[in-house]
Amino acid sequence: MNFTLKIWRQKNGADKGGLVTYEVKGISPDSSFFEMLDMLNQQLISQGVDPVAFDHDCREGICGTCSLYINGRPHGPLKGVTTCQLHMRSFQDGENIFIEPWRCGAFPVLKDLIVDRSAFDKIIQSGGYVTVNSGGIPDANAIPVPKHDSDASFDAAACIGCGACVASCPNASAMLFVSAKVSHFALLPQGRVEGERRVQNMVATMDSLGFGNCSNTYACEAECPKEISVANIARMNREFLAAKVFAEKEKTISFSM
Amino acid sequence: MALAGLFLVVFLLVHLGINLLLLANDDGRAFSAAASFMGTNPVIRGMEVVLFGGFLLHMLFGLLVSIRNRASRPVRYQHRNLSETSPLSRYMLHSGIIVTIFLALHFIDFYFIKIGLVAPPAGVERHDFYHRTLVLFADKGYSAAYMVGFLFLGFHLNHALQAAFQTMGFNHTKYTGAVKAASTIYSVVVAGGFMIIPLWVMFSR
Repeated sequence: MNFTLKIWRQKNGADKGGLVTYEVKGISPDSSFFEMLDMLNQQLISQGVDPVAFDHDCREGICGTCSLYINGRPHGPLKGVTTCQLHMRSFQDGENIFIEPWRCGAFPVLKDLIVDRSAFDKIIQSGGYVTVNSGGIPDANAIPVPKHDSDASFDAAACIGCGACVASCPNASAMLFVSAKVSHFALLPQGRVEGERRVQNMVATMDSLGFGNCSNTYACEAECPKEISVANIARMNREFLAAKVFAEKEKTISFSM
Repeated sequence: MALAGLFLVVFLLVHLGINLLLLANDDGRAFSAAASFMGTNPVIRGMEVVLFGGFLLHMLFGLLVSIRNRASRPVRYQHRNLSETSPLSRYMLHSGIIVTIFLALHFIDFYFIKIGLVAPPAGVERHDFYHRTLVLFADKGYSAAYMVGFLFLGFHLNHALQAAFQTMGFNHTKYTGAVKAASTIYSVVVAGGFMIIPLWVMFSR
């Protein structure tokens, strides 16, 4: 198969960047999208051109490192898969393929197709955890959890934090990501302990980083490689509203010498 | 924005109910009685202030959120987004602006005449909404613009109602389907209900 690639090239964060057209020929329909890009890069290296920089790691759809906005869709045309699980048989022979980085003010481009997604790490640091003491392993059945809740929590925990939700959202909103992390803990008794503080802190951090707001287009759900449901966004909104209205003032201890 | 929007959803039903009295074959008596009740009852007068506040808040928040949302993606994509979403949901600001323009015209045609800012047309007393309506709908151009306004309000409402529920945190495995269906039915009833009136005036007179 032959393809015409229009790839976003940008030397660094300060560079303006632009689309550059490349031709690749003799690609197997069974090669993955990244194998095709690897072949392009081999071609560029032999020509003495700087290869295209793109993020990838596990190449088996579980790590959330790969990105790429392919022909107007994050992770390309297939539903429920990451770019590394996309194969060239999903494209027409001779097709023009546009490849762009995720676009969001909070995800600045580092080089070519690589963006800095550490904004997600900052959101997690502000509350995406449970505080537990070290010590002996607790009994697995000591705290009963309803099956429905553990299933729903696990579905939310399937989020790999790739950022496709932000990339597809017309508002570059991170609500699906943050709500998946909030729901993952909110549905379990261990996570409920810090529930009120968590949702308020994570939403505040998300807002401060410059992500947009949810306008319920549900593009995120349609593009999420792990098919995280927008029901999580409603759960986060519910948690947030309840925490803002009902959370008691936290006691502050002041020391006087 | 969602709360103010839900309040406006209730207001539209009341307004539609009163307007449909125009269809009664009684020379406008029922409609005029309802209009005069709305214009004189102290509780309704108080609610009018709340209503204007609701409109202003909804429009102000909508605008602020839209500005922030656009700012969150300073560099835009080269390729058009092809994600599978409802097209109506992407153009809420646009349909909202068209409805706002309609609302401004509506104010000039009715409210400003009522409070005496604009002179009523010849032969119509300024509190006589019934004859004012008939005069306006006799103009085919005005009727067409009126119906286009409501078509866009219908587009806006179709997404709005279920989106407001989602934003307020209501999403349930059992009831969300019903909320989405209710949202569609509501938008068709409201937009269709208002559009029937100029059609009725056009074809029955």
